[in-house]
This record gives sequence, structure tokens and C-alpha cells, in this order.
Amino acid sequence: MDIDLMMKVYPFFLKAAWVTVQLSVLTAILGLICGSLGAAARLSRHAVLRWIGGAYVSFIRGTPALIQLFILYFGGPQVGIQLDAFEAGVIGLGVNIGAYMTETIRGAIISIDKGQVEASRTLGMSRFQTFRKVVLPQAMRLMIRPLGVNINALIKGTALVAAISVVELTYTAQRYIGSTYKPFEMFLMSGLLYMVIIYVTGRAVTWLDNKAKIV
Amino acid sequence: MTDEKPFVDIRHAQKSYGTLEVLKDISLTVNRGEIVAIIGPSGSGKSTLLRAINDLDPLTGGEVWLEDTQINKQLPHRQYEKHINQVRQDIGMVFQHFNLFPHLTVRGNITLAPKMLKGLSEAEANALAEEQLDKVGMLERIDYYPSQLSGGQKQRVAIARALAMKPKVMLFDEATSALDPELVEEVNLVMKKLAEEHMTMIIVTHEMGFAESVCDRVLFMDQGVVVEEGPPSVIFRNPENERTKNFLRKHLASNKE
Ligand SMILES: Nc1ncnc2c1ncn2[C@@H]1O[C@H](COP(=O)(O)OP(=O)(O)OP(=O)(O)O)[C@@H](O)[C@H]1O
Ligand SMILES: [Mg+2]
Repeated sequence: MDIDLMMKVYPFFLKAAWVTVQLSVLTAILGLICGSLGAAARLSRHAVLRWIGGAYVSFIRGTPALIQLFILYFGGPQVGIQLDAFEAGVIGLGVNIGAYMTETIRGAIISIDKGQVEASRTLGMSRFQTFRKVVLPQAMRLMIRPLGVNINALIKGTALVAAISVVELTYTAQRYIGSTYKPFEMFLMSGLLYMVIIYVTGRAVTWLDNKAKIV
Repeated sequence: MTDEKPFVDIRHAQKSYGTLEVLKDISLTVNRGEIVAIIGPSGSGKSTLLRAINDLDPLTGGEVWLEDTQINKQLPHRQYEKHINQVRQDIGMVFQHFNLFPHLTVRGNITLAPKMLKGLSEAEANALAEEQLDKVGMLERIDYYPSQLSGGQKQRVAIARALAMKPKVMLFDEATSALDPELVEEVNLVMKKLAEEHMTMIIVTHEMGFAESVCDRVLFMDQGVVVEEGPPSVIFRNPENERTKNFLRKHLASNKE
């Protein structure tokens, strides 16, 4: 193993790791927004919204994320959507993970005992007040860990945007392989940095989950 | 203590789930301050009837009135929500499984609705919580979470939570059925205290002894109809209907086991 080479190129990989972190954070935020809207739609009183939410989830989960990225990045300009690679990466991955988060959030909400809603409604609280003060605070606690799983998948999923040449960890490894012919070292270095990002995220999720425990 | 005008008035209540008729034309009036027990075998429609009173399980036919307000009005969605949220403030309900909010302390459970719905300040809501908890003997647990309480304690807090809305009538759906036998009495005592204060109450129960000692009137329901009703002394001692007799006999036998 060529340690010297690794020492020489690692600053470039750190820079790439920073791009991966930015990509992950922005994607997670967009994913949470899409997931919340998706869950709201799927749980709506209105059949049309429920259908739209269902179609969103089915389409995203039924097609490869890579194809979704290609549709957005390569197909976009054809219908007037011009995005640079990074923007397409964030939007493509965010909308993708949002579908999985839709199901996570919806699952947490519907798992709250119906008796909770009944107790709140019999006190005279409205549907919205009941949701905000009774259901959501309980559901939020339940969704921390499964959302953590979604985010873990999302971080690893950012590797896909190498395919549209965003200069992140995977793309950087590929680029240095081109000039060094050392795929083992280059991919290993990328892998280790992914692991660090995922480890830190995992600890943050555990910390949040513990903090949210009621008693 | 009772006046002639009905306080709670159920007129020709009907309820079906598909082809299953759960309530078959039930009428019932309860006067102010009156305490009515509903007894009957499992599946006879007791919960359905009780839950129809605050429109939690809306009827498929008939009307429910509280004083001069029809509860189950047909209104456009928004107006109905506004209406029902208003009338439900006057109807306290206590459930078999307590349904306390686990993410809130005892204090939080009690103050939530009064703060949201009646605009009480933090201090006013606290005073109210303390007053109601004192009444059910749970004041010293005000800062506990529900998971730290016994079943009997949870149910007493649930009663205090309902009372904090100053309801005109209280509905109890088997409030002690989920409790260990030794915890039943503490909840019964709270209900007796409410009875002494002339709270109007409708109580679905399997506890005949309690019903007999507290209630002014007993309804025996079977298969979606009120088979027999009358004062407890008559229903429990000298029932006329065969079905009532059978039910009480079976019930006594199973309780002796
Ligand atoms: N959501 C529902 N869908 C279909 N049938 C229902 C529903 N809720 C209740 N039922 C049926 O309605 C009938 C009456 O139920 P209800 O809960 O009112 O009985 P109950 O007298 O309270 O019984 P228990 O003593 O067991 O609580 C039962 O046959 C029950 O299966
Ligand atoms: Mg019942």
C-alpha cells in the first residue's frame, strides 16, 4: 500500500469530503421538507392529495436513484430546467430521500395510539391543535432513529452524483486513479472519509434520541 | 336536584356499521345532576352510545342534545369542527385506558386544553391544575410523568384533566376495567365524590355494586336496544326482563370465580 501517495493527496480528499458533507446536509434538509410535505399529503383528508403523495412515493421508490438524477441533470435542459451538477445532485437526491422520509414520518405519526387523538378531541381541541400538541411531539421522538437510517442511506447515496461529475469523495477517487493507477488506495481513502462522516452523524442521532426520551 | 327539562337528550339514536346495526333506535334523557349507569354484555353497544354523545362515533340516525344545543348537527366541515370543538368542552370523557399524554407531566396534561382553549395564563392554569389534582388526591404527583404512575393514579389524573374543562356532564367508559382490583376503589371514591357534588354523569360499567351505590338510574342494554331501565334497586333486585335476569345471574356467577 502506497502510504506516501495517500499522504500526498489526502488534502484533496478532505476538500472532497467537505463537498460530500455540504451535499449531505443540503440533501437532508430538502429531504426533510419533501418528507414532511409528502407525509402531510399522504395523511390528508383530501383524496387528491393522498393520491399525489402516494404517486410521489411509488415513483421514487420504484425507479433507480441514478435514473432520477439523469432525468433531472441530462433531461432537465430539454424541458427548460438548467441546473449545475451540484444543484442537480442536491435536488435529485433530496427529492429521492424525501420519498423514503415520507414513509418514515407517516409511519411514526400513524403509530401514535388513536386514544391520544380521542382524548385530545374530547377536551375540545381541534384537529390541528391535537396534531401539534399531542400527536407530533410523540411522533417526533419515534422518528429520530428511522430518519437517522434514511440519512445514513442518503450520505452513502451521495456517491451517485459522481456520475454527473460533482467533485465529491467518489468522483475525486476516480479522478486520482486516472493519474496514479492506485485504485485500492484512492477508494480506501474515500471509504474511510465516508465512514467518519457516517460515524459522526450516527453519534448525533443517538444523542438526539437519548435527549428526546421522556423519562 | 333534578329539574324536569332534559339535560342530555338522545332521540332515536341509530348506528350501523355496514349491515351491522349496533344501536337500534335508542332514546334516553338524563336530567341535570342525574347519574345514569349503562350495563350490558360485551358488544351490546354501550361504548357506541356513550361515544355518540360527544360525536366521537357519529350516529347514522337520530339526534343528541345537550341543553339547547344539538350536538350531532349536520354542518359543512369547517362549521361542524368549530361547533363540535365548542360543545366538547362541556362534555368530559374518561376512557378505560386513561389516554394520558405520555410526553407531558401531570400538570401539562391538565393545563394543555385550558391554556389552548380558554386562554388561561400559565399561573391561572397552574392554579386550576392544583385545584383539580387536589380533588382527586394527586396533588403531590403534579410533576410526574404518566409512566411514573400506577393505573389508579393515571385514571384519577385523567378525571382531573376532564374536570379542568369545567364540563357540564361527565362520561365514563369502563373507567376501572383496566385496573388491578386493588386500585379500583381509589377511582370509585373519586367518582363518588363527583356524585356528591351533583355532577351529571353517564357511566358505562361492569361493576354492579358501584352502580347500585352511586347511580340514580340503570339502563340494561343488549344487542343495541335498551332492554330495561329503572332505579338500581329495581334493576338489580327485581328485574322484570328475562334477558336482564340472565345477564345479572351470569355476571354474578363470573364475578364469584
Ligand atoms: N369501528 C367499528 N366497525 C365495525 N363494528 C364496530 C366498530 N366499533 C364497534 N363495532 C361493533 O359494534 C358493536 C358494539 O360495540 P361497543 O363497543 O359499543 O360494545 P360495548 O357494549 O361497549 O362492549 P364492551 O363491553 O366489550 O366494551 C360490537 O358488535 C362491535 O363489534
Ligand atoms: Mg365498551
